[in-house]
Amino acid sequence: MASRPDAARAVAEAAARQSYGKLVAYLAARTRDVASAEDALADAFAAALERWPRTGVPEKPEAWLLAVARRRRVDAVRRRLTSEAGQGHLKLIAEEMEARMTDEDLPDERLRLMFACAHPAIEAGVRAPLMLQTILGFDAATIASAFLVSPATMGQRLVRAKTRIRETGIPFRVPERTELGERLEAVLEAIYAAFAEGWSDPAGTETRRRNLATEGIWLGRLVASLLPDQPEALGLLALMLFAEARRPARRDPSGDYVPLAEQDCALWDDALIDEAEALLGQAATKGVIGRYQLEAAVQSAHAARRRTGLTDWAAIRDLYDALSMIAGSPVVAINRAVAVAETDGAATGLAALDELSGDSRLADYQPYWAARAGLLARLGRTADAAEAYDRATGLERDPAVRRFLQARRAALVKN
Amino acid sequence: MQYMLLIYGNEAAMAAAPSEATYEISAAYGAYTEALKKSGAWLAGDRLRSTQSATSVRLANGKTNVLDGPYADTKEQLAGFYMIEAKDADAALAWAARCPGASTGTMEVRPVWPHSEYWP
Repeated sequence: MASRPDAARAVAEAAARQSYGKLVAYLAARTRDVASAEDALADAFAAALERWPRTGVPEKPEAWLLAVARRRRVDAVRRRLTSEAGQGHLKLIAEEMEARMTDEDLPDERLRLMFACAHPAIEAGVRAPLMLQTILGFDAATIASAFLVSPATMGQRLVRAKTRIRETGIPFRVPERTELGERLEAVLEAIYAAFAEGWSDPAGTETRRRNLATEGIWLGRLVASLLPDQPEALGLLALMLFAEARRPARRDPSGDYVPLAEQDCALWDDALIDEAEALLGQAATKGVIGRYQLEAAVQSAHAARRRTGLTDWAAIRDLYDALSMIAGSPVVAINRAVAVAETDGAATGLAALDELSGDSRLADYQPYWAARAGLLARLGRTADAAEAYDRATGLERDPAVRRFLQARRAALVKN
Repeated sequence: MQYMLLIYGNEAAMAAAPSEATYEISAAYGAYTEALKKSGAWLAGDRLRSTQSATSVRLANGKTNVLDGPYADTKEQLAGFYMIEAKDADAALAWAARCPGASTGTMEVRPVWPHSEYWP
């Protein structure tokens, strides 16, 4: 149970986060200068996090932040920022105050900012970090830990990307219908990358108090609410909610890893699953299938076990077949092989995995070896299974999963 | 590029750990070393004996000073190392994160500075 100050702090953080992204987007969309938009707001944001937990969130958080940014920092910032862009922001902030922004809501331009962050001219690997920083206000060190790079490197990548936005004139706009699909894909991919980094964070432990999976869902909700007619935006949100619903069941009380097939469905979050099902249904009415809807449908098939007690592996295999057609990847192929093993037997599943063995990317990919080990064990090929379990163990970051793999290997030897 | 992965950990805590946990960690290290070798990244690596076996040597004012124990008295001690080949820092950090030492202590990742790059 969160104590009262913690709860107040959480409310303040949520409100500040909402406002922060809106203000960065609002200021940056006008100057294309993300870095100085962030600079101009940094102190106001810090003041909000210090004050709001005690005083409550003000009625107009954006106006409050703008006012504080102005009152407290104009002089200091003026001294610090001698660049024209910095001056431009100060002028804007002042203008906004004069225009009595307190009476109106700021236009929400976060979607435009997201499209700028995920622009094709921005290096793919930095798009998710850039969104986490600009929309949610994460600092570079926190993002760096989550994406497993050094803080200095992440800092440089973020700075370079922001410079690129400014210097190459990347537009802050939602693309026209003709290119929306492709560009939206990049936005969704970056959100999913943020979610996946948080999801693989073992026990759902917090990366400096904020979990990336939760943040990914928050971004997903934002995009789905701003683009409710885009089935893939709904599909991605559904996918993330299905996965999140299982979080409480992923570890047993002693902190050990529990694989999906052995999870206690009673621990799954029914409300999240229901919400995900509704989103998936809504997406289906648009009549355009896509990668995220298919992946969400796989999760839906797994979730059905809470009602039927069974997993429909044939349906899951068919969904992975469809996925390999439109978005084939080694990961999809491994999951498909696992499904095939359930419907057609372990030998057929293993044959499907063997087809992938030429792909050099899999040599260091833990799920490939874990899947192999499981199938080899079922086929009684104990020595091969032990070797594959070792390989999977050696490639795993999470100590709980390592313990699980070691236990499976130990059970092999006993049999 | 070559990287040195230096494994730091609390030696006293490790020595006091129950034998089951010690066995589990040894097995995890075995698997990790194998994974490094199979992927072609492994160059060298071993465990170090405890700091009780360390001796520090220093020459000051023309006098040799030999002391029992490690150079620095810190909470975590150097316990072992790997030297690996990795295409860049990201790859080296990925390997460091998989090392069992990352969950029991701290991994320090240091690029090797080849002789040819600094010798005039």
